[in-house]
Amino acid sequence: MPDKRMTVEDIVGELRDGMTIGIGGWGSRRKPMAVVRAMLRSSLKDLTVVSYGGPDVGLLCAARMVRKVVFAFVSLDSIALEPHFRIAKQNGAVATLELDEGMFLLGLQAAAWRVPFLPTRVGLGSDALEKQDEIRTVTSPYESADGGPGEEFVAMPALPLDVALVHQNRADIGGNAQFLGPDLYFDDLMCQAAATSFVTCEQLVDTADFAKLGSPHTQRISRLWTDGVAETPNGAHFTSCTPDYERDEAFQKEYAAAAASPEAWQQWRANWIDISEADYQARLDSRRGLAAR
Amino acid sequence: MTTRADVCVIAVAECFRGDGEIVANPIGTIPRIGGLLARRSFEPDLVMTDGEAMFTDAAGAIEAWNPYRTMFDVVWSGRRHVMMGGSQLDPMGNHNFAAIGDMKRPKSQLLGFRGAPGNTVNNVTSYWVPNHSPRVFVETVDVVTGVGYDRAAAAGPAATRFHALRRVVTNLCVLDFETPDHRMRLRSVHPGVAVEEVVAATGFALAVPADVPTTREPTEAEFVILAELDPKNTRGKEVPEPE
Repeated sequence: MPDKRMTVEDIVGELRDGMTIGIGGWGSRRKPMAVVRAMLRSSLKDLTVVSYGGPDVGLLCAARMVRKVVFAFVSLDSIALEPHFRIAKQNGAVATLELDEGMFLLGLQAAAWRVPFLPTRVGLGSDALEKQDEIRTVTSPYESADGGPGEEFVAMPALPLDVALVHQNRADIGGNAQFLGPDLYFDDLMCQAAATSFVTCEQLVDTADFAKLGSPHTQRISRLWTDGVAETPNGAHFTSCTPDYERDEAFQKEYAAAAASPEAWQQWRANWIDISEADYQARLDSRRGLAAR
Repeated sequence: MTTRADVCVIAVAECFRGDGEIVANPIGTIPRIGGLLARRSFEPDLVMTDGEAMFTDAAGAIEAWNPYRTMFDVVWSGRRHVMMGGSQLDPMGNHNFAAIGDMKRPKSQLLGFRGAPGNTVNNVTSYWVPNHSPRVFVETVDVVTGVGYDRAAAAGPAATRFHALRRVVTNLCVLDFETPDHRMRLRSVHPGVAVEEVVAATGFALAVPADVPTTREPTEAEFVILAELDPKNTRGKEVPEPE
């Protein structure tokens, strides 16, 4: 088994301007935030971000690194609308491809299966189809269930990714990864849809230890699909990473409030972005210490 | 005394009557209480989520794992009745919660398409509107996220085959689409609400029958369940008592 260990900075070093980058997790849940933070410290630009969106999308938009967002929602869950993304979109700062959550899944699946599209009922009649030329239809070559002529379906195009970034609870040095929370989301599919995939994890473990942590059903990402792995404890902060930790709601509120003005954003950026990951985690520790006292 | 919120809960629960063994997926405070009440009383076979990745029974035991991945299997199989909120609804049941204004550069960016397109063409869909007003009930929605009867028909048989909008429950009334052309109809007004009040709060011409029934109030048995399901009256925060 190869040793695929990297640092978060190494991962960001593999990214290029203009890339299409898939980010795992869902909303404000198990996002690879340590990698997003490292991206924010880089000079990357013109990215296409493909995400069941949360603060990953908001942060990259606020930092003006994004040309286009492919999304079905961008939400902080406990705060329904992502304020930084809203500002970018309302200002016309980002282009979009707007999809139903299931169309999004099918786009990733088509890319993973190396087919140009997958047919679906989803999207018919909606403005995801009617107002976006990128989404087209296909006529079934088969009779309908009631013997009628072939019906028209949405041909959801493949969403191939240059790079996938996902965060898992545990991984080994070969890039096998394990989720221990209630939902994998679509992290496996993100990796399968991508030319190159990087996994970050709360903790690197020996391969033999996966079985002590959860049933084999939690080992959903094989090293077949991953090209690099980095251990980054608390690396999903401030999103949830159940059962290792839940969302930091107080921190998330401050992040959302930083969308109130350019000055508030600059202040928040100075406090929480323009510092190393080690300093970020140390500041969090000192906040927690203050809160506990 | 029966509150307006109590009546809304019952009106929601009634939407699921007859659904049997499918996933009842009501989204929102009052919708969730209404769905749970339906399962605890007249619709015991309903399957419901814990709001996350599990199907849980009335006692909270996990019946099955249902992560997002498999929820799409459920939706696309049709074994589900969803109740969604919406920012705009039009007379044919088209729904918007993506954006106000231009979709690509909106005045106000809202949720996005979420699961609305797939829900409406695959499983039974109802809507919940806690603030019935002409801003919500509009002649034309800015973005079609949930698909109405006219748009489904225009998209062809693949769109209409499993399309079914059942009801719209609001803080004032219950609406449905049981008219020859599926134009939205006033089904019942909540106790204390005049038909004229609903008409004035709706930004398009509703189908209004000659006799509009009154939405029923909870039974004594339902009041007991309601007290167990929502002891802190969170429903009253979503729909306060009218003045």
